Amino acid sequence: MHNIMTIFKKELKAFFSSPMAYIFLVVFALINGYFFNIQFFLINESDMRVLFGIIPIVYLFFIPAVSMGLISREKGIGTIEIISTLPILERDIVIGKYLAGFTLILIGLLATLIHYINLIYVGSDIDHGAIFTGYIGLALLGGVYTSIGLFSSSLTENQVIAFIIGIAIVLIFFMMDKLLFFFPASMTGVIQYLSTDFHLSNMSRGVLDTRNIIYFGSIIGFFLTLTTRVLESRKWS
Amino acid sequence: MIRIENLSKDYGDVKAVQSISFSLNDGEIVGFLGANGAGKSTTLKMITGYLTPTSGNVYVENQNIVDHCIDIQKQIGYLPELNPLYTEMKVHEYLKFHAEIRNIEGSDFNEALKRVVRECGLQGVVHRTVGNCSKGYKQRIGLAAAMIHDPKILILDEPVTGLDPNQIVEIRSLIKKLGKQKLVLMSSHILQEIQATVDRIIIIDQGKIVADGTSEELIADSKGITKLTLEIITGDENDIKNMEATIPSIKVLNIDKQKNSIFINIEYQNTSDPRKDIFAYAIEKEWIITEMSFSKRNLEDLFRNLTLQKGETANA
Repeated sequence: MHNIMTIFKKELKAFFSSPMAYIFLVVFALINGYFFNIQFFLINESDMRVLFGIIPIVYLFFIPAVSMGLISREKGIGTIEIISTLPILERDIVIGKYLAGFTLILIGLLATLIHYINLIYVGSDIDHGAIFTGYIGLALLGGVYTSIGLFSSSLTENQVIAFIIGIAIVLIFFMMDKLLFFFPASMTGVIQYLSTDFHLSNMSRGVLDTRNIIYFGSIIGFFLTLTTRVLESRKWS
Repeated sequence: MIRIENLSKDYGDVKAVQSISFSLNDGEIVGFLGANGAGKSTTLKMITGYLTPTSGNVYVENQNIVDHCIDIQKQIGYLPELNPLYTEMKVHEYLKFHAEIRNIEGSDFNEALKRVVRECGLQGVVHRTVGNCSKGYKQRIGLAAAMIHDPKILILDEPVTGLDPNQIVEIRSLIKKLGKQKLVLMSSHILQEIQATVDRIIIIDQGKIVADGTSEELIADSKGITKLTLEIITGDENDIKNMEATIPSIKVLNIDKQKNSIFINIEYQNTSDPRKDIFAYAIEKEWIITEMSFSKRNLEDLFRNLTLQKGETANA
C-alpha cells in the first residue's frame, strides 16, 4: 500500500507539473459544456441524459490521451529500469499509476457537476437518484477506459502508438453492442453483456445493479493484471 | 557478498552471457570490463533483478535473485547505463521518491539526504529541476539516488561515460571513497578508467569471462613480460645498442628518434628488475633521462589479445 501511494503521488505530481493535466481538464470541461448546453435548453427537460451521452464519447479520445504516457514514457526514457530495480512489485507500480490516471479522470468528471448545479437552479422534478447512479456509471466507465489506456501504454515505448492502441481497444468495447447484427444470434447475448454501453445505460436510468458493478470491476481487474504481466515479461525477454 | 553461479542469458538465439561464475567480496571495488556487446550490462541487469537468468543464479548473502528478488533489491543501489532520470522532478523530490520506496521517511530521510548531498557534492542543485542540471550533476544525482539507503552493494553501469575529464576524476574519487565500505561493481569499456579506479578486474568477452585479477596480476599473467619506455635527450646510438650487452636481462625492442628526444622501448622478464642497471648505465654514458615508465599499453594489449583472439576463433 505504501509503495502504491508513492507511485500514485509521483504520477499525479508529474501530471500537474506539465501542462498535460490542465489542458485535459480545461478542454474536457469546454467540450462537455458546449455540447450539453446547446441541447439542454432546446430539449427543455430536467435531466442530464444528454451529458451522460456525450461524456462516454469524449472519454474515447481523452482517456487514451491521458494514460498513453503512464508506462510508455518510462520505457522510452529508460526510467523503467530504475523503477523495476527498486524493491517494489510490478503490481504496485501498475496500481499506483492506474490510480493516478483515474484520479485525473475523476477530477474532470467532478468539474461537470457544475451542470448539475445549474440544473438544480433552472429545472424542476429532477431525478437526483438517476443523476447519482449515472455519475457512478461514468466514473466506472472512466476506470475501465483508464485500465485499457494503461495496458496500451505498457505495450510500447512510443506514446503515439500507445494512444492509437488505446483508442482501438476502447472503441471495441464502445461499439460492441452497436454491431450486434454482425454476430450470430447465439452470441449476441454474450457480446451485448461485454459491451460497456449496455451496463452504462442501466446506470444512467437510475438502476444500480451489482452485476453492472461487477462487470466494470472485472474488466478493470483484467486489464490491470494484463498490464502487470506485460511489465513482468521484460524479465524473460 | 555476491556469488554468481553458472549465470547465462539468451536473447532468442543470441547467447549474451554464457555460464559465468565469480564471487565478489565486501569492501572490494571490481571493474567489469568488456567491449560493447560483450555481456556486461546483461550481467548487471541480472544481478539487479531487471532480467531473470536463463539458467544459473545470483546469490547475495545466500539469498538468490530468482526467489528473493525484492529482498536483494533492498540491499543494492543501482545506476543503470545512460543514467535515466525523472527529468521533470526537482533533485530533492527525486531523491525523496527513492527514499520513500525504500521506507526512509521523516528525520531519517533528512539525514540520508544530507549524507548523499555531501558525498555526491550536490549542494548547489538540491532545489533545481533534474532536467536543467549538467551531465556531471545528473550522473551524481543518479549516484545519490542509488546510495540514498546506504546500500552494502553498489552496481554502476558505465558510470563515467560522457563526462568531461574533470567530472571523471570527481566520480572516480567518489567511487574509490565508497569502495572502502561497500562492494562496488562497475562496468566500463574504457580500460584506463577501470585501471585507475578498481582493485580487481574481470574481463568479459562474448558472454564469457576471459580474465579475473588485479591489473598487475593480469599484466604479469599475460606473458610474464614487462615493457618499459625510456626517454632520453642525448645519447649515442651505439651506446644504446650496446645496452643489451651490458644488461643481459633486457631486450631493446626499438629506438624511436624524435626531434628533441629519443624513446627506447625495452622489455624484460618479470623475474628480474633491471631498472637500477639501466639507470646506472645511463649515468655512465652521461644520458639525460627525462622519463622512465612502464608501458601503459600493457593492459590494453592484454585486453585486445583476449577479446580479439576469441573473435577470430569464433569467426573461423
